[in-house]
Amino acid sequence: MSTSTVTLPEPSESPPSPRAVVDTPSRPDRWFARLTAGAGASLFALLVLIGFFLLLRAAPALRQRGFGFFTTIEWRVDINPPIFGVLGLLSGTVIVAVIACLVAIPVSVLSALFITDFAGPRLRNSLTGVVDLLAAIPSLLYGLWGMAYLNDRIAPLSAWLSHNLGWIPIFHTKPEADLTGSMFIAGLVVSMMVMPITTSIMREVFAQTPPGEKEAALALGSTHWGMIWNVVLPYGRGGIIGGSMLGLGRALGETIAVKLLLPQVPNLSGHILQNGGATISGFLATYAGYADRVTQPLMAFGLVLFVFTIAVNLGASAIIARSRSGEGVEV
Amino acid sequence: MATTTEPAAPPAAASGAPRPPAPRNLSTFGRAELAMFAGCAVSAYFVTWLIFDRLTDGTGWLGFLVAWYAFFLGIVYVVTRETLGRLGAADRVAGIVIRSGLLALVVPLGWLLAYVAVKGLPALRPGFFLHDQSGIRPEMPATAGGGLHSIVGTLEQVGLALIWTVPLSVLTAIFLNETRSRFRRPLRILVDAMSGLPSIVAGLFIYAALIIPLGSHMSVFGFDGFMASLALSIVMMPTVTRTVELVLRLVPDGVREASLALGASRARTVWSVVLPTARSGVTTAVVLGIARSVGETAPLLFTTFGLDLMNKTPFFKPQDALPLFVYSNVQKPSAAAAERGFTGALVLIAIVLVLFAIARYVGRDRSRRRTPTRKETR
Repeated sequence: MSTSTVTLPEPSESPPSPRAVVDTPSRPDRWFARLTAGAGASLFALLVLIGFFLLLRAAPALRQRGFGFFTTIEWRVDINPPIFGVLGLLSGTVIVAVIACLVAIPVSVLSALFITDFAGPRLRNSLTGVVDLLAAIPSLLYGLWGMAYLNDRIAPLSAWLSHNLGWIPIFHTKPEADLTGSMFIAGLVVSMMVMPITTSIMREVFAQTPPGEKEAALALGSTHWGMIWNVVLPYGRGGIIGGSMLGLGRALGETIAVKLLLPQVPNLSGHILQNGGATISGFLATYAGYADRVTQPLMAFGLVLFVFTIAVNLGASAIIARSRSGEGVEV
Repeated sequence: MATTTEPAAPPAAASGAPRPPAPRNLSTFGRAELAMFAGCAVSAYFVTWLIFDRLTDGTGWLGFLVAWYAFFLGIVYVVTRETLGRLGAADRVAGIVIRSGLLALVVPLGWLLAYVAVKGLPALRPGFFLHDQSGIRPEMPATAGGGLHSIVGTLEQVGLALIWTVPLSVLTAIFLNETRSRFRRPLRILVDAMSGLPSIVAGLFIYAALIIPLGSHMSVFGFDGFMASLALSIVMMPTVTRTVELVLRLVPDGVREASLALGASRARTVWSVVLPTARSGVTTAVVLGIARSVGETAPLLFTTFGLDLMNKTPFFKPQDALPLFVYSNVQKPSAAAAERGFTGALVLIAIVLVLFAIARYVGRDRSRRRTPTRKETR
């Protein structure tokens, strides 16, 4: 309104400079800012507190074991001084999580592609709901299903793999070994819990692919798959990587299903098809409620799990956040 | 995607010219193609049968299915390459793979629901909602006793957790979306990372920070439902925060600016304009948060041990919860206990489904009312 218009006979000698934005918050606004910032800070404080208290309770155990904590597999708390270490648990945790991700990531990419690029609007809407619902199914139920039903159904597949592909070291099993309760089966069950989170993140990112680029690819004669391969997937690379890492973080922390499936005896074994294996979270669940004697080692294990998953998750969130803002897209 | 080939309406459409081609739907297969796929599936079946049942030792049906699928894809590729060339063949195979990827996501869900229903239904009696497990001995049938004590415990723990979670989450979401602090970005990343915090660590933290130092002095800080609710709220908070933030983003900026232009303070704008606009969305977020946390077992393991008897107060002595009821019963050696566990699982999944349906219903209502508003502001 205040700028010069064509009806003014003589223009002002200099164009009006933009007025400086003055933002003097009123007293309620200052309190509002403090209150909300306080809430945000409390989340941060919570994370710090979790790390602090776990470290505090774990310190005696870590001091007693020294560096051996990271190289020991054994779990002997019945002797004095007790022997324990995180290596056997950490290896199991990583193996199960990696198997879960190897299964979950391809399925998630395919499902996300179907939801964004194949399904019609109505189907897309209800499928998004199904993915949300999957995320809300308690992991306890997956564990229950895996333990009581899938365990015996997957064992023949394990047997076939070990019989015909046994020359690959990880598929090797001891003859007459029990093939239920294996890390392979645990990984499959955990993968079902990872899929919802990875799928929903990838779907979000794929859905942001600029329609103009997709139409350009199709107009140039690309097939549907060619368009996806050359436009959607490169665009969504950050989302695929970030979503996979978030999924890995989830898989590392899955507790109840793994507890129900694996025997939870720490060992360092690459034989994923046969009975055996333990993960940190499953081990914690197994020894919850035991005597004070195991508290400090458990805290030390919990600390390792905490640091590990938070590191993976922070990396993943940073990748997703960067890939989104890098494209100038705000979800 | 179906709209991408839609041409601009030609001005000469009235002059008897041939109608513009209808938009081709890229994402469906024709009838001839479907017939061809069926043929490929049949031939792949016999190849698999030959290799698995005749040439090598037999395997489980699952392995058979996997091999069948692989042969099917190979045969489809070879056959379509004859008519469509390499690019077309790759397109068809990719279309099939993407569709089946979706099956791998959805089929386990239906399977799981059906399994829990079949296993849990036979022992489900009205008594499950009326009795606790007092006086139940291992040899008694699964229909004896019930899970009332667990249901009460779960309700109280989740309710308390909501009281701790909702104000903090909503305030944090407001901070993330309605202020201009430069800490918003790091905090958003932090919330994302916290949503992946292993839930057992939340329980372990409460155990380490409150129960160990204070539990022996004050009974409130012993193993009880209150501690469980704190652990649950740690699990719930990042999820609710993220969802509320997403909902707040949907509130059109025009509404905010109108309020500010009328002279309202920021606090007043958020309280009287933004939050009421997003009310149903916030409700959805909270209900989803409940649905997520109602089945969490791991945070309860270090905070309340579970109990076979009714304990109505969450602030004193251990209390049971539905997930704990399931978890402990299915691990008992007796068949009746396992059956009881499955009944609990059925009730649990029913609760989750109902909560989820409520969230969807409230959320859908919101989007329908809000769509015109968004268009107007553009």
